[in-house]
Amino acid sequence: MENTNQTLLDVRDLRISFFTDEGEVRAVDGISFSMKPGETLAVVGESGSGKSVTAMALTRLVPSPPARYLGGEIIFKGRDTLKLSPEELRRVRGAQISYIFQEPSTSLNPVFQIRSQIAEAIELHRRDVKDVDAEAERLLTLVGIRDARLRMGDYPHQLSGGMQQRVMIAMALACNPSLLVADEPTTALDVTIQAQIMELLKELKQKLGMAIMLITHNFSIVADIADNIAVMFRGKIVEYGPTQRVLHEPQHPYTKALLECIPRLGAHKHRLKTINHAEIEAALGR
Amino acid sequence: MTAYIIRRLLTVIPITLGVLLLVFFIYRVIGGDPAARLAGKNATPQKIEQIRKQYGFDKPKFFNWQEAAKTGSPAAAFDSQFWHLVGQFAQLDFGKSLQSNQRISRMLADGVVPSLCVTTPIFLVELSVAIALALICAFYRGTRIDRTFVVVSIVAMSISGLVYIMMGQYFFAFRLRWFPVWGFESPAFLLLPVAIGVIAGIGGSLRFYRTIMLDEMYQDYVRTAFAKGCSQREVLFKHVLKNAAIPILTNVVVAIPFLYTGSLMLESFFGIPGLGRMTVDAIYTGDEPVLFAMVFIGSVIFVIANLVTDLLYTWADPRIRLQ
Ligand SMILES: Nc1ncnc2c1ncn2[C@@H]1O[C@H](COP(=O)(O)OP(=O)(O)O)[C@@H](O)[C@H]1O
Ligand SMILES: [Mg+2]
Repeated sequence: MENTNQTLLDVRDLRISFFTDEGEVRAVDGISFSMKPGETLAVVGESGSGKSVTAMALTRLVPSPPARYLGGEIIFKGRDTLKLSPEELRRVRGAQISYIFQEPSTSLNPVFQIRSQIAEAIELHRRDVKDVDAEAERLLTLVGIRDARLRMGDYPHQLSGGMQQRVMIAMALACNPSLLVADEPTTALDVTIQAQIMELLKELKQKLGMAIMLITHNFSIVADIADNIAVMFRGKIVEYGPTQRVLHEPQHPYTKALLECIPRLGAHKHRLKTINHAEIEAALGR
Repeated sequence: MTAYIIRRLLTVIPITLGVLLLVFFIYRVIGGDPAARLAGKNATPQKIEQIRKQYGFDKPKFFNWQEAAKTGSPAAAFDSQFWHLVGQFAQLDFGKSLQSNQRISRMLADGVVPSLCVTTPIFLVELSVAIALALICAFYRGTRIDRTFVVVSIVAMSISGLVYIMMGQYFFAFRLRWFPVWGFESPAFLLLPVAIGVIAGIGGSLRFYRTIMLDEMYQDYVRTAFAKGCSQREVLFKHVLKNAAIPILTNVVVAIPFLYTGSLMLESFFGIPGLGRMTVDAIYTGDEPVLFAMVFIGSVIFVIANLVTDLLYTWADPRIRLQ
């Protein structure tokens, strides 16, 4: 177990496909990356590039069928999650690896109170907690919800999008995970709320020290939170390295194209570039 | 809330009025004079005229303008066939059957018990079995088990109810003597019709509830529940079932008025003296008062059932508020 100090997660040559009527869709096509404890890895790529499937696969959350896990390893804390039993997997999900998603409004269960949704997360993995309500209140306060005790009786639809995402984060942190997977956590939110949620994630990372896998299609939010960046294109990681290096000396044409898509202040006279897929395909040698 | 319920119950008035108007229109306006039918084939014109007077068929159909003009009182305009019917029904007096001359309230009271004895067990068994099987399909979604259930239910749905009845009566009742063939004397007489009712209906119900459950399985909150570490069982029974309760409730409550009307086919084939058979007989013999009464009570139950659905919604779905 010595190596857990250096490596939290080591994904090697992971391959996942969907077999549909039109044939095989290689959602994840042989990707490798690793994360250290406390590290923040940003996974960037346009929609459909396989980011979510990669993230969900970490705890085998992609349902199979329709997906097929064709190969590779996901070594988390020294054990391959692809080889765990369903029972063992459930003890990883939400406890050691937890998730927040793009649409907080639909990701919370509409017919249960906030209290019971957070309580469920606590009760699933922390049998020792006596006062579940108090613990839920602590978590809600931690993610910056004022009057937490009052809000616990609310149903999701009574909260704003930003508040809903905070509840999702509180739920994800209920068991002090070593890895928080945030799959486009701000995409569905207003710009000002986006900034608040990113600020909160940074703050929580400092306070709790968990690793974060931040998935986004938007380069502009990763610069001041990510340690490393992996750029995904069509199921492959086409560029992978330290944040500053990727942002300032991108090697791959797709990364360059993505970076040129970021609107900058004062540059509004130029038309925003669109990505020329043919050029990138050519660069990939396909 | 009370105000809401009262407001909703008051809709019973326009709805039953509209429904009565419709059946009245079909039978008295399009269908013609019932007196000639009642009097029989070789009746004299005097006899028909006498029946017409006796039942009030000689009055105008909707408004008695003549009488109103004569007496100068607008109320007299309501001295017509339709408004007499409405006045009578408003006091829950359904009159007498044209065929048997029995009081219709008596006939309804006698028929409702056999009808409910057949429809209620079918309804409850079918509902619980279909929901249980739908949960199994959701559990094994996309696998061979789920597909097998779908195929079997489509086959079961495509076979006519008549086939089930005749096979059941021939093999299980007549040849094997497991059940009585015909009649309504003891609970044993209910077994075969109930079993057939369930088998004939389960395919459609299963497909309906399976669709509801599967729709829920692909919702984002289910992904969240799995990501938290919930087991399939916890996801299905806690998260999915409570959300699915909303469409399930609608389906269930909408079916309740049909419990009362009884099963036309099962009652006729198994000789069960229920309201279904009574209605069929009334249609054949043109026994209008019986049909009017059935339709009237049916629409009252319908309004109440709909109100109950909406009240249950507020319990099942916190997003819904009544006003
Ligand atoms: N349930 C599914 N069935 C078939 N194909 C799927 C399914 N889920 C994802 N895919 C495919 O896998 C690829 C990667 O999807 P995803 O990981 O969701 O992309 P993103 O980078 O936008 O998160 C896409 O091409 C998508 O069409
Ligand atoms: Mg995605």
